Amino acid sequence: MITESALPRVEKTHKLDDGVVRNLGLVGVLLLLVVIGIITRPELYSDPTWVKNNFLTILQQASAIGVVTVGMTFVIIGGGIDLSVGAIIALAGVWATTLATQSYGAAGMIFTALVVGLAVGLVNGVLIAYGKLVPFIATLAMLVSARGLAAQISGKQTQVSTNETINSIASTKLLGIPLLVWILGLVVLAGWVLLNRTTFGRRTVAVGGNPEAARLAGINVKGHTLLLYMLSGLCCGIAAIMLTSQATSAQAAMANLYELDAIAAAIIGGTLLSGGRGTIVGALFGVLVFSTITNLFAINNLSTEVQNMVKGGIIVAAVLIQQFRYRSLTNLLRRRNDPDKPSQHPSR
Amino acid sequence: MTQISRRNILLGSAAAGAGLALTACTSNDPASNAQVKTDTSGNANAAAGQKVIIGFSAPAADHGWIAAITNNAKAQAKQYSDVELRTVEAGTDAAAQRAALSTLIAQKPNVIVMLPYDGKELNAAGLEAMQAGIPVVNLDRAFPSAAAYRLQIKGDNYGMGLAAGKYIGDQLKAKGVSNPIIGEIPGIDSLELTQERTKGFNDALAVYGFKVANRRPAEFTADSGQAAATALLQALPKMDALWNHDDDQGIGVLAAIKQANRSEFFMVGGAGSKSAIDGIAKDDTVLKATVTYSPSMASSAISLARLIGQGKGMSDLVELQVPKEITLASETITKDNASKYAPLGF
Repeated sequence: MITESALPRVEKTHKLDDGVVRNLGLVGVLLLLVVIGIITRPELYSDPTWVKNNFLTILQQASAIGVVTVGMTFVIIGGGIDLSVGAIIALAGVWATTLATQSYGAAGMIFTALVVGLAVGLVNGVLIAYGKLVPFIATLAMLVSARGLAAQISGKQTQVSTNETINSIASTKLLGIPLLVWILGLVVLAGWVLLNRTTFGRRTVAVGGNPEAARLAGINVKGHTLLLYMLSGLCCGIAAIMLTSQATSAQAAMANLYELDAIAAAIIGGTLLSGGRGTIVGALFGVLVFSTITNLFAINNLSTEVQNMVKGGIIVAAVLIQQFRYRSLTNLLRRRNDPDKPSQHPSR
Repeated sequence: MTQISRRNILLGSAAAGAGLALTACTSNDPASNAQVKTDTSGNANAAAGQKVIIGFSAPAADHGWIAAITNNAKAQAKQYSDVELRTVEAGTDAAAQRAALSTLIAQKPNVIVMLPYDGKELNAAGLEAMQAGIPVVNLDRAFPSAAAYRLQIKGDNYGMGLAAGKYIGDQLKAKGVSNPIIGEIPGIDSLELTQERTKGFNDALAVYGFKVANRRPAEFTADSGQAAATALLQALPKMDALWNHDDDQGIGVLAAIKQANRSEFFMVGGAGSKSAIDGIAKDDTVLKATVTYSPSMASSAISLARLIGQGKGMSDLVELQVPKEITLASETITKDNASKYAPLGF
């Protein structure tokens, strides 16, 4: 048993653990993947231009899903889940690329995508916070209906974007770095500041960790939950424009299974699925691990089925490590706090 | 759940629609680009005959090809004064389509044209209709039992691969490339149709002694095509030819090629979408050809269902009745014949 006086110290140790050890571990995994790439395709890695290009490509392919993952991380830390992110992207993308919207130009398209994202997030938030629906059910229903609405609006056809400004976002570079990567960087930075340096961030952790305690502490839990889903929706709106620009089109089936990739990346990055704990930088590394695996499999012409199995294995490993370390840390603390009492897990 | 969905749709669309009301119309007018047979001069079969009620069912899919199938069937039926088309929504799975078909069978149409969600799962529905005395025209996804259909009209997936491989082989041989680097971007890899296309492609390339260097599957969508192509282009810094199985995902594949600034190879598409045919005619991208898998088969299916209903045969054939199996040829569209095929683009 952990004594109550030991609790704050557990939390403190975990923070340090999260921030440094986990991210170092993920950086290690990334480096390992690169080393495997170098060993298996040395002729590609011997060309510095290719290496630089490949690095930027990995980042670029991680950009849209990375933005979604930032929103997802907030929702999960806040004790919820958003299964509708892929569907929101499809709806926002399809709506922004209808001919009527396109006639308003790039600004009109971007505005539409962001408003649609925010609006769907608002509906999710209202259903969950005020309608008292379980987040899983509410966002699952939204997944189905938003894709349905997207199919309706698009006439079930691929909506091609003829707007050159939108289409050129994906190929534009600033200081040699793709614009999409800059957008990802900005969203990650904003997410990090919001989570770690503002009242909003502290409230998110409090609401996810113990909603009742948060309510007693004077936090408007319902209002905060609503904001979290709107934040996730907004991230989807941004991602919709990024993906539309990359594919120069949008359709109802776009961003398929993004919800699972985003949840997996957040969890690999150290976010607790039960809420109350998580980091933005970790989530970013989670996305990069997936993006790098895809790249590694592509350059070695390995099948995507095996790639998916490896991805699944990494998710399981990440959670196992998380549990293992949590247990061993608790044990360590227990021994430290009460040296006379033997550990309940003497083997560890 | 239904209630939630409805509520979500209402709330979601109302909220998002505020201030954006005029964006709600779509860019797709279903009737405007349908493929119909209109020129019937000199065809005795075109003369109005006995009235035929045709029941029609296709899955509600979100792919342009399936949308074109339904549009074509409706547009072709309108061409005949003696045809009444009764369509039923087939929902999104085999069970829903089975339920829809039993209500259709109960209405006793003269003929049923259906694109089954899955041929194996809807075999029983085909048998039921046939036993009720309603001839079934199976569109594209074969029933395992020959007793479950009167006519089967489908595309040729293996032939698509064969045509794409032959075009690429011929071009590379003409250029004198001996050890070409060939890329392939199929659609959903677990589907039998994808496997048949790939097999045809490999068989055709083998004739020239060529093989695929790298293969990255996508999901028949433009965004997945973009991702798969980006990965493929990284893996093959130099490439000679690329076959992309599907023109819808090809929009994303072409975007990725443009973003990567690559043009040292040529690309062949698949299915024959309008944008692909237009692109081939313009000749301003790496896309030089596409092999057809045309949804025009739905228009033909309605025409043939009408003949079956009227007990007539196909006028150029000796037989008095419509044949039992028709497989469309996969044709190769290049710059030379693009204008001829433009009306068939979907």
